[in-house]
Amino acid sequence: MSVEFDQKIHTTLEDANLQLAIYTATGRLKQKRVEAVAADSLPDYQELRTQANAIKKHAIENLDHYLEEFERNVEARGGKVIYCKDATEVSDFVLDLAKERGSKLIVKSKSMTTEEVDLNERLEHHGLESVETDLGEYILQLAHEKPYHIVAPALHKTRYDVAEIFTRELHVPNETEPEKITLTARAVLREKFLHADIGISGANFLVADSGAVTIIENEGNARLTTTAPKIHIAIAGIEKVIPRAQDLAVFLKLLARSATGQNLSVYASFLSGPRRPGEIDGPEEFYVVLLDNGRTKLLPDRSKRQSLYCIRCGACLNTCPVYRKIGGHSFPWVYSGPIGAIITPQFMGVSHEPGLPFASSLCGACGEVCPVKIDIPKVLLDLRSDVKKSEAREGLNRLELFAFRIFAWVMTHPQAYEIGGKIAASLAPSGEGKWISSVPAFMRIGPLKAWLSVRDLPPSPPKSFRELWRRR
Amino acid sequence: MGKQVSLFVTCMVDQLFPNVGIAMADVLERLGYRVDFPESQTCCGQPAFNSGYRAEARTVARHFLETFAASEQIVVPSGSCTSMITHHYADLFQKEPETLALVHAMEKKVFEFATFLTEIAGVEDVGARFEEVITFHDGCHALRELGIKSAPRRLLSHVKGLELREMSPAEECCGFGGTFSVKFAELSGAMARTKVDAILGTGAKTVVSLDPSCLMQIQGALSRAGHSIRTMHLAEVLASR
Repeated sequence: MSVEFDQKIHTTLEDANLQLAIYTATGRLKQKRVEAVAADSLPDYQELRTQANAIKKHAIENLDHYLEEFERNVEARGGKVIYCKDATEVSDFVLDLAKERGSKLIVKSKSMTTEEVDLNERLEHHGLESVETDLGEYILQLAHEKPYHIVAPALHKTRYDVAEIFTRELHVPNETEPEKITLTARAVLREKFLHADIGISGANFLVADSGAVTIIENEGNARLTTTAPKIHIAIAGIEKVIPRAQDLAVFLKLLARSATGQNLSVYASFLSGPRRPGEIDGPEEFYVVLLDNGRTKLLPDRSKRQSLYCIRCGACLNTCPVYRKIGGHSFPWVYSGPIGAIITPQFMGVSHEPGLPFASSLCGACGEVCPVKIDIPKVLLDLRSDVKKSEAREGLNRLELFAFRIFAWVMTHPQAYEIGGKIAASLAPSGEGKWISSVPAFMRIGPLKAWLSVRDLPPSPPKSFRELWRRR
Repeated sequence: MGKQVSLFVTCMVDQLFPNVGIAMADVLERLGYRVDFPESQTCCGQPAFNSGYRAEARTVARHFLETFAASEQIVVPSGSCTSMITHHYADLFQKEPETLALVHAMEKKVFEFATFLTEIAGVEDVGARFEEVITFHDGCHALRELGIKSAPRRLLSHVKGLELREMSPAEECCGFGGTFSVKFAELSGAMARTKVDAILGTGAKTVVSLDPSCLMQIQGALSRAGHSIRTMHLAEVLASR
């Protein structure tokens, strides 16, 4: 584990206000989800999960086929598809287009994919103004922070925090009433929508048989982003493709319920191609950027590639006892929580943050709530093995490897195991039957020290089970 | 003559909580089982597996398979160790068809203690008496990998004098997680304190679970915070008269 990861966890755990904000907000989302998928409101929930998993599995196993079909259908409707392998290619495409069209102002709706490639920073670096229009994202853009959560980016901010940010950045009076804060944002953002040259969105689904981009949202800002400016660019990971429009019947039932506990989001937009003759609204140009950025690296692994099924609902974050303690910014990349813990090492390489797959008690709550049934705990275990193989190749963490080799030897030699147990028991303080809060200095090392830093230790029993059994 | 069962007490019960193993044997014998303890048993290998050391985990798993090859039914006082054998051994031996066949045979013979009582022995009332208010902690692997929710509660409902009060939230992890508990000690401790708060909310005097590892984590946190609430394995409650 890197010092930075450890430090971020520590800082978050120490901050009592932040702890309360994370726990309360995730708790609310968690509870709403439970109610929304309960048998009396969605009787076929488990069947839908099974179907969603099957559709995603099929789509990922036939990714080339469906991407080509999607591309053909987008182009048949007058749109263009651009394949990008990484962040630079995405920003180059947007910058070139902006330059050709003389564009200066870009409005953006919420997209984790654009966060992944630091799009705003790259555009701003070249003198373009790129404004986030999702309220949570807008707050974070003003605060110069990355999203804290896949679905609720400003989950960690209280209304008092937001009021301060608005006062500081927009020079408005300090107003802590959420409705009034929202009206301030709305007033600023309406002007941006009216004057923007380009709208950039993400995509929840890319529908192959109709060449359509599907966008799910609650605020209406994505609909404005994709229809008001003359140019719409949708940026999506290649794994977002699904075969048929009718598959949305499965995913739309699951997505909002899993994310926010809503039966359906306020807006669901199906966008295919630019404005056609006779139509009164819609963009004049329509582009879909399909991003790889490491995704194809997952395809050869039959088990781990299920990580690409994710529909970014955030349910695993809300239910994760680790995320609920360490929050989103402790994670080493933009994707946080259990899904972040499995995709980050695969997109960025296991040595990016080798501690990440280990930052889990493997409680399995994430897998239980995943609407597309990604077996997150299994992928975490696979990644742990990958980390250890990589460390062994590089000669890192030799002491731990040695310890586990000893462990394996002892556990396959019952006599050594018994003698070892007796030695350990004779060294351990008996505590006279009471739990132990400290040990002699020479033992205050490694795992024992770590255990005792937050908990007491069980006293060593006078006899092991096998000794008691023999006397029975 | 009753049927034969073998105990796999787990390394943790053997070394740290031997009374749990004795209580389990007592309950099984009272139900008419002949109980044996294969002496060469040690550990299921989960610590190595969960830490990413697959080769070492395989070595220990092979030892388990050999030790219990002759046993007809094996009872384990831990949902987590049971799940290691019945759900994860197969992953370990994907590329070894011969061992995999042994694993699949073993999967059918290994039972978590509470499930063994309700599903195999077919009993819910073991004739226990325990006059106390308790709360029950669902170990994550028992709950989510083995799907055990009602078996311990049905068994507890027949214990004379016992009152079960469910905690809220009931299904959240205690923060143990094997080596996670020491690799991320501060975080693990924070998770344990949340669990302790849920326990305190019930007013129970005793916390009962199927997993000694969860109980070690919970008792360690309770003790550190100065609470007098104690933890007990289900077997210890069921062995009480």
